[in-house]
Amino acid sequence: MCTTCGCEDHSHAPRANGEATGRLRRVSLERNLLEKNDAFAARNRRHFQERGILALNLVSSPGSGKTSLLVATLERLAGSHPVAVVEGDQQTSRDADRIRAAGAPAIQINTGKGCHLDAHGVEHAILDLAPGEGSLVFIENVGNLVCPAPFDLGENHKVVILSVTEGEDKPLKYPDMFAAADLMLLNKVDLLPYVEFDEEACLGFAKRVNPNLEVIRTSARSGEGLQAWIDWILTRSAALAR
Amino acid sequence: MHEMSLMASMLEIIEEQARLDGFHQVTRVTLEIGRLAGVDPEAMRFAFDVGTQDSVAEGAELLIEETEGWARCPACGQEAPVLVFYEPCAACGQMPQEIVAGRTMTILSLDVE
Repeated sequence: MCTTCGCEDHSHAPRANGEATGRLRRVSLERNLLEKNDAFAARNRRHFQERGILALNLVSSPGSGKTSLLVATLERLAGSHPVAVVEGDQQTSRDADRIRAAGAPAIQINTGKGCHLDAHGVEHAILDLAPGEGSLVFIENVGNLVCPAPFDLGENHKVVILSVTEGEDKPLKYPDMFAAADLMLLNKVDLLPYVEFDEEACLGFAKRVNPNLEVIRTSARSGEGLQAWIDWILTRSAALAR
Repeated sequence: MHEMSLMASMLEIIEEQARLDGFHQVTRVTLEIGRLAGVDPEAMRFAFDVGTQDSVAEGAELLIEETEGWARCPACGQEAPVLVFYEPCAACGQMPQEIVAGRTMTILSLDVE
């Protein structure tokens, strides 16, 4: 009896086990597309943990004022805390130049056509920067509210920056990023009198996407909220120190 | 368009498997994408057509199986499909719910010769 289907006819057996149809076969994989990135991210996270480093991944759309906010932050931290900055942009080293001018060591990653940083690129930058024990590492991602969301860099927290010159409904339009973040900086609040931005609605939308999201209102220009933001950073950094 | 870099990761995995397994041509890739994974299947198809040129997967068919997002309510324990991260529990209205499925992107299998 045919062992393939139980019939008495043996003539179709070779085809049934695939021999007669060429060498077409199926390979089962079950492999996660992000596995390589996640492995590098885990390595970065271990590197940070071993040194008590607080790493923050700053994400936003282009033009939210990320770099200005970072420069203002670094100026306030200067001299009191070791810092290092990884800058991601598709082209130019203009942002890293601004950061270095503020007195912080910085490495620029140009992603070329890439629309986000990945954990492997960040690992190289971190090995070059070699931030010391207890450092604060700021990773300024490529300006993009979509693509950086699924790519873990090994950071302790994602911080999303939304400026009041953007639409208040951005948390609903780009929920992945707001769901992945632990803190939202509502930036450029000095411009609130001049723009039509419904702050209450914005905070409602943000909390709807991520009820655990903390919010700090900031302005790099007026300095509003910067101390609260720095306190947020230093509280978390101190918790890592042993 | 981070689908291009996901595509590059996919190709790395496929070529690694080709070396291990000794196949020279992939005819079909079956990919599972969760609806909450932040991936656009159309963009993935485009990236696949462009990214597989001159590779072992050139000309292969890309079969995408989309899986539903699922959430578990921490208050009443109900599990139900969700379309977005921020849906309240259909049974008791509680938010947030814990997302339990639909965030992964996995290569399930390759048809090869």
